[in-house]
Amino acid sequence: MSNVKEVLLAPIFTNNPIGLQILGICSALAVTTKMSVALVMCIALTVVTAFSNMLISLIRNRIPTSIRIIVQMTVIASLVIVVDQVLGAVAYDMSKQLTVFIGLIITNCIVMGRAEAFAMQNPPGISFVDGIGNGLGYSVVLMSVAAIREFFGSGSLFGIEIMPLITNGGWYNPMGMMLLPPSAFFIIGLLIWALRSWKTEQVEAPEYEIGGHTALSQS
Amino acid sequence: MFEYYLSLFIKAIFIENMALVFFLGMCTFIAISKKIETAIGLGIAVIVVQSITVPVNNLIFTFLLADGALAWAGFPDVDLSFLGFLSYIGVIAAIVQIMEMFLDKYVPALYNALGVFLPLITVNCAILGGSLFMVNRGYDFVESSVYGIGSGVGWAVAIVTLAGIREKLKYSDIPAGLQGLGITFITVGLMSLGFMSFGGISL
Amino acid sequence: MADNKDSIKNVIGMALSVCLVSAIIVAGSAVSLKPMRLANKEQDRNKNILIAAGLFQPGVTKEAQIGELFREFELRLVDLDANRLLTLDESSALGIDLSKYDQRRASKDPDLSMALATKEDIASIGRRAQYSVAYLLKKDKQIDKIVLPIHGYGLWSVLYGFVALENDFNTVIGITFYEHGETAGLGGEVENPRWKNLWIGKEIFDADGQVALTVVKGAVNPASKTLVHEVDGLSGASLTSRGVQNLIAFWLGEQGFGPLLKNIKG
Repeated sequence: MSNVKEVLLAPIFTNNPIGLQILGICSALAVTTKMSVALVMCIALTVVTAFSNMLISLIRNRIPTSIRIIVQMTVIASLVIVVDQVLGAVAYDMSKQLTVFIGLIITNCIVMGRAEAFAMQNPPGISFVDGIGNGLGYSVVLMSVAAIREFFGSGSLFGIEIMPLITNGGWYNPMGMMLLPPSAFFIIGLLIWALRSWKTEQVEAPEYEIGGHTALSQS
Repeated sequence: MFEYYLSLFIKAIFIENMALVFFLGMCTFIAISKKIETAIGLGIAVIVVQSITVPVNNLIFTFLLADGALAWAGFPDVDLSFLGFLSYIGVIAAIVQIMEMFLDKYVPALYNALGVFLPLITVNCAILGGSLFMVNRGYDFVESSVYGIGSGVGWAVAIVTLAGIREKLKYSDIPAGLQGLGITFITVGLMSLGFMSFGGISL
Repeated sequence: MADNKDSIKNVIGMALSVCLVSAIIVAGSAVSLKPMRLANKEQDRNKNILIAAGLFQPGVTKEAQIGELFREFELRLVDLDANRLLTLDESSALGIDLSKYDQRRASKDPDLSMALATKEDIASIGRRAQYSVAYLLKKDKQIDKIVLPIHGYGLWSVLYGFVALENDFNTVIGITFYEHGETAGLGGEVENPRWKNLWIGKEIFDADGQVALTVVKGAVNPASKTLVHEVDGLSGASLTSRGVQNLIAFWLGEQGFGPLLKNIKG
């Protein structure tokens, strides 16, 4: 049981797919200007990761090595299509705003990466949990980025106004910059900094050490 | 007409840069940008694959998948557009595979240089993204060829520049927690900010 | 097991069965959900027509109610080359089903559209379809309100929307955009109801019958002489604002519905 818990929780902070494994940043950042859109993206990704992990794990002993990647890809792509169709049918507004980014879940490295690294070696049950865990790890980062961007960029959270905007007769002059792409990179960079200051074992060793004041020591 | 394609090309490289404006292909973008040489190799591979897959997927979309596209085969009411994702990724995987075999056999020098990057490209979001944007914006065949090359070049420019910066950056004294990934993201953010300024150019 | 996993027979068998299973799942979900997707799309469009015409109450979410309200409209095909409304007989003679007419697809078909010269193409749309659909609201058999489809390029994407005019064919009742890919929070504010409300009562044409409506940068100066033709720009999105101004200029200008409106007005 503790194993399940670990598989579920480890990806959230100690082994975060975005923060540590540099996976799955691609398609996600562009949808973080609004929390509601980011939330739908997170749910879609978690569902796809969990189910693709489970399905691939189910057939893992039958997948021939030579066509491994393409089989995984087919399973993932089919799941993504189903998710895309379902979104179009039940949440049309959302699917309109997500445009091509739902499709890009196919190439999201988290899904492929977990299928290859975890599901190919483990039984279905625990693979499913691993998928959910990684989906959640991804969601935590995505939602925090979205929260910061929406709060400072539009003065609201989930579309509910927190700080009344000047244009709406309030006092807050929104930071338009927050809604533009560069801010997402800054926020992620700073989030990683914060995470690594907390969990110092994740700090990367510098490739090049700067020596002491050689000029001084020589004199 | 030439002007139109030129402006589409420039737009795909700078204004709608795949990596810095649409965040596509980020995983490889961050992971493979430590050295300029490898970045150049990957960049070229992306340009080549992108300029082939986008037009090919355009043909597949117009003649097989779009609503009513099968009219030439006698099925005017068939709409296969839901198969889009699956077909595009299949085409990309197949083209990458074919290219790998072709290069291995006929251009071994190039294969040795690009070989290791080719498998990475299948899962590069910029490649699939290129095809999806092409469909979403309704480009025709010529437009999609131009767009394919342009967006590939844009991505390559971005990764080579980033690699250049990172090579210098490793000699800087960076706070421990920011070392590596953190500072890379912030650098990319600054580059992205620079590229935003192209947005004001009207073509 | 592990030995024959990579045998040719198994590779082919596996490939086929994976294909078969995913094909069934994908096709099944696509086919079974398609009616809902299409209904959603149509409802979304109809809702936007109602919003543009100022007939939509926020509480109305039921499909049936939207359908009910939408039935008030009379759909008529517009011939943008001849600049007139076609009668229902004429449009059915052309083989066009008004409720299903897809202007977007027609714009790509060389038989149904014409290429625009760079100079004329202020909305950057490349080609313009010959036919478009106007939504009329009649009172005593006279046109009371008219809703026209508009589209044009903003910063990132083509914006699709509707503009509704009073029966003087000059005063704006409302404007909406139902599809675009602009930056949420900046250009995406074209969807903001507060901004859309600024359009109400503005006049499109000046005394000479030229399109005079402009989306100004920043806020409109209340002392401006041409106040009636000016709308505030979207803050932080000057290119999207310019795109909106251009698409209005195009669709209500000479190449768009301009001559038609003059003709109906008589």
